[in-house]
Amino acid sequence: MEPTAGSGDPADAAGATASVVTLHVNGVARTLAVDHRTTLLDALRERLSVTGPKKGCDHGQCGACTVLVDGRRMLACLLPAVAWDGARVLTAEGLSEGGRLHPVQAAFVARDALQCGYCTPGQVCSAVGVLSEAAEGHPSLATPAGPARTGGGLPPPVRLTPEEIRERMSGNLCRCGAYAQIVAAVGDVAP
Amino acid sequence: MTGAGRAAGDLERREAREKVTGRARYAAEYRPEGRLHGRPVPAAVARGRIASVDVSRALAVRGVVAVLTHENAPRLAAPQDPTLAVLRDDRVPHRGWYVALVVAETPEDARAGAAAVEVVYEAEEHDVVLRPDHPGLYTPEEANGGHPAVRERGDPDAALAAAPVLVEAEYRLGALHNHPMEPHAATAEWRDGGLTLHDSTQGGNAVREVLAGMFGVHRRQVTVVAEHVGGGFGSKGTARPHAVLAAMAALHTGRPVTVALPRRDLAAVVGHRAPTLHRVRLGAGPDGVLTAVEHLVVTRTSRVREFVEQAAVPARVMYGCAHSRTAHRVVALDVPTPSWMRAPGEAPGMYALESAMDELASATGVDPVELRLRNDTDREPDSGRPFSSRGLAACLREGARRFGWEGRDPRPGVRRAGGVLTGTGVASATYPVLVNPSRASARAEPDGGFRVAVNATDIGTGARTVLAQIAAEALGVPPEAVIVEVGSTALPAASLAGGSAGTASWGWAVHRACTELAERLAGAGGRVPPEGMAVDADTRGEADAEVPWARHAFGAVFAEVRADTVTGEVRLARLLGVFAAGRILNARTARAQFTGGMIMGAGMALTERSSIDVRFGDFAERDLAAYHVPVSADVPDVRAHWIEEEDPHLNPMGSKGIGEIGITGAPAAIGNALHHALGARLREPPFTPDRVLAVLRRTPPG
Amino acid sequence: MRPHGYVRARSVADALAVHAAHPGARYLAGGTNLVDLMKLGVARPTVLIDVRRLPLDRVEETAGGGLLVGATVRNSDLAAHPLVRSRYPALSQSLLSGASGQLRNAATTGGNLLQRTRCGYFQDVSKPCNKREPGSGCPAVEGSHRELAVLGHSPHCVATHPSDMAVALTALDASVHLRGVSGTRALPVSEFHRLPGDRPELDTRLRPGELVVGVELPPVPPGARCAYRKVRDRASCAFALVSVAARLAVENGRIVHAALAFGGLAHRPWRAWTAEERLVGAPATGASFARAAEAELEAAEPLRDNAFKVRLAGDLAVQVLGTLAGEGA
Repeated sequence: MEPTAGSGDPADAAGATASVVTLHVNGVARTLAVDHRTTLLDALRERLSVTGPKKGCDHGQCGACTVLVDGRRMLACLLPAVAWDGARVLTAEGLSEGGRLHPVQAAFVARDALQCGYCTPGQVCSAVGVLSEAAEGHPSLATPAGPARTGGGLPPPVRLTPEEIRERMSGNLCRCGAYAQIVAAVGDVAP
Repeated sequence: MTGAGRAAGDLERREAREKVTGRARYAAEYRPEGRLHGRPVPAAVARGRIASVDVSRALAVRGVVAVLTHENAPRLAAPQDPTLAVLRDDRVPHRGWYVALVVAETPEDARAGAAAVEVVYEAEEHDVVLRPDHPGLYTPEEANGGHPAVRERGDPDAALAAAPVLVEAEYRLGALHNHPMEPHAATAEWRDGGLTLHDSTQGGNAVREVLAGMFGVHRRQVTVVAEHVGGGFGSKGTARPHAVLAAMAALHTGRPVTVALPRRDLAAVVGHRAPTLHRVRLGAGPDGVLTAVEHLVVTRTSRVREFVEQAAVPARVMYGCAHSRTAHRVVALDVPTPSWMRAPGEAPGMYALESAMDELASATGVDPVELRLRNDTDREPDSGRPFSSRGLAACLREGARRFGWEGRDPRPGVRRAGGVLTGTGVASATYPVLVNPSRASARAEPDGGFRVAVNATDIGTGARTVLAQIAAEALGVPPEAVIVEVGSTALPAASLAGGSAGTASWGWAVHRACTELAERLAGAGGRVPPEGMAVDADTRGEADAEVPWARHAFGAVFAEVRADTVTGEVRLARLLGVFAAGRILNARTARAQFTGGMIMGAGMALTERSSIDVRFGDFAERDLAAYHVPVSADVPDVRAHWIEEEDPHLNPMGSKGIGEIGITGAPAAIGNALHHALGARLREPPFTPDRVLAVLRRTPPG
Repeated sequence: MRPHGYVRARSVADALAVHAAHPGARYLAGGTNLVDLMKLGVARPTVLIDVRRLPLDRVEETAGGGLLVGATVRNSDLAAHPLVRSRYPALSQSLLSGASGQLRNAATTGGNLLQRTRCGYFQDVSKPCNKREPGSGCPAVEGSHRELAVLGHSPHCVATHPSDMAVALTALDASVHLRGVSGTRALPVSEFHRLPGDRPELDTRLRPGELVVGVELPPVPPGARCAYRKVRDRASCAFALVSVAARLAVENGRIVHAALAFGGLAHRPWRAWTAEERLVGAPATGASFARAAEAELEAAEPLRDNAFKVRLAGDLAVQVLGTLAGEGA
């Protein structure tokens, strides 16, 4: 029915409206034909039954769909699945392997950094992204001006003060207002 | 006081692990075989009729299975709540009212189909603007919650005329939107004449009644499941159109259907807090002791259903005085239907009243904490009933101590560092104690475990955890020994998660069932028979019995703000609340409720702005980019504490509701702090840069 | 959102050729704005040409001591780049002022420049909008416009450009590198975006099929410092009410270089040429800054609900310039 690009290579499907892609979701290669309109979020939720990423606004305004794509936090609701063929996608489900919580997840539980839970998987993925961004020396608007790098070395890590965490986590709305607990949880895991 | 549950008062949330690992499932995440996706089509006029609908282009869209309109939708019985009367006739009562539903194989197909539905309207002139002199204003029979619209004691006009100090002020609050993080969604499946509905709701039993009635089936044929619910704040307190549409579409197509509402639709179809215009007059002696209070509220409702935000009601509760008038007037406009939003009445009403109290403090030179203490009362002024307990004074004193209020320089507009002015403020908080009859069952298993069942709904409050504690305490066992089942109408019927009444209502029934079970077990020598031992409880007649007391929770909220005089930006530095709400059953979930409410109050004061588009009749700010709920950076330091309060007149647990009181003090506390910072008063939240700069330019600071 | 084709470009030339062959095609990079607009029904491409994986993802120093930023460099990477942070802090600050960490990880330099207005009428296909549907009217003039333009607008459109980054690039004299079937060209960022006039459907001077391939930042004038400051309704994650990007060099108390741009005021980042003329050669004092800002903003024609922006913009410019002058002293 659907005009699907047949080769499994979505690189040229100008005339087709669907393509076959492979997404490495939580360590498992998943190959599927996607409508070009399908976002990574809908591919995960509706096609692959990975419902940890939530649809809170579907327009990049709430952060509930935050996942880690090739190691960086992004909003799955704005990524066309076809464009991310071959990507490694990590969701809250994949952060905890074999029943063991990721340290961020454990901190969220210990700090009670959740209420209704709908923003929580996105908060958790966002926090994991924040930790690596800070470790790589990525600044935020809360980062004091200073030497970004002296000489040719790597930038120094950014220390995650509560102010840094608040600014960096501000793309993840929590209408229940668990912010204080979330900031504390991320702070617990920060080096 | 010293039972196992008490000792475990800081228990981890039972569903926390499911939630942090993304395994907790919400209503749209159930995928019965063959499930379809429904996408509603909102009306594009503010008032009128559907002249014609052409669905041919929509039906031609690949993957579209059906298009439901008023011409072909299943004919249902008229609902009691007319906001649920979707696809019944050609009437368009407001912009955004649903006029069609496209049902398709995928969400993408449904979206494309919805865009292809062609509706021709006969538009009529619409009227969407609330004005204090609107000719359509009338005094309703009652305001929300069954409160009389008008109450008068003594001779307020004479008392106000004679008062040595008179404060007279008008406050305006725009509409506010609940915006729970999970947009309303339902997955419906009909099988063998019965309906199973996974719904994002605060109360499945009410949804079941509504749907059984509309679809003409017995309630036993309808099961409503709400295992996890992504917040509600009142907007999921009643059945909503998405549930009706999902059930309708599943019936029409013979396949399961999920309807998950787009975020941009919510403002029009799931209720909102109506805008309110307040006129407050306070008469007092030079010592600040009130002689008269008048609080007049003007608001608006839709033409679909009357809903009157009971914003003048807290003035009937808060402060002692002999003369009082509290009144509501309302006008029906061509706007979306307002409904419950966290602390309806108290949230806007306490903003106005507590702002006026701050103005009285300024007028009399009495410290704002002291002023409230001087007007404390042990009887509810309006009813004359004694309070079962009233911790306001204790909260004010404890809050002042923790906040460092003592020694505060009362002069406004003098704390400047560079272009930034700092100020502190205080406001009281209150919320009534509500409780509803519920049923629950408790069962002892032969293996030594216990199973408690009640159709409570956990919308983020931690209901499972707290109910386990209540059960464990009554049974005298550790909470881990108790399995709690909630979130389905297959369980004993219970009231909704609303009115801050959930824990009290469900907990009462659970407590009774478990207490009886413990007695029966003791009678059996502690031996559980092989088939187990079960007790059912129903608190009807007990939980809803008339009581001779006025029962309310109280609190005090303190705020510190910084206002940038160049940019007009107001940022919260600190927000601290102290609450007296009976016995706190679980410290961590209670803290979350209090601070969460306070943050929503901060949003009301500082960021959440909604305006009606006069030409088009809808809200201008419908998505989360335009409607600014607070983000993490907006709330640097928010803390909640409580006073241990022993109140024997509440329920077996001795608890008061805590879900809503947090929002009721924060807005005025922040507004009062802003006045203290600027030396000028804003009377219309949110205090965004445009408004702050306007005031600063009228009155240059100190 | 109608079904559409998808082509992953193998090279810039390939992208241009596919675009030329498919009417209604659109380039896709991070997608953070385009996908949003497609869902709203505002953008209706026939084919998406994915340019994200093209080798345009590098930040390189130019021979003259400037920087060449590839079009697909992600916003977060550009903000974190050591040379950007040290030489062009206003650019880093502007990027970090925009959107959220997640969006900045996906959004690209080229895409950021090509963001479309956040005017509520533009985003709502059930309402008229000249930018979306030429000739249908502009309800914002009389309607909801607190966030919209005070400078350079027309009766046809009062939209503002939402980018923070573009405001900084404007003040930093950056230019946009473009590739089309007929060759390459560069445009100053300050000329890249248009004023609405009677063609509000056109945001930029981009020619049909042309692709943004990079942005060039010229070397920093001697002694110059720069900063970006944004005013918004909430503390993070909100579009600008007003923003200011400024660069200033002061010698012996006199301004020797001044560049000033405003965001949130107009259909394009607003380069304050008039103010700059007044500033260069003037003493670096608050009075000079205020006079310059005032001269620039004389042309403002605020709408019913956005007059606050005019003085806010002026006061903010004075503050930012004053801070830069103080730092440079």
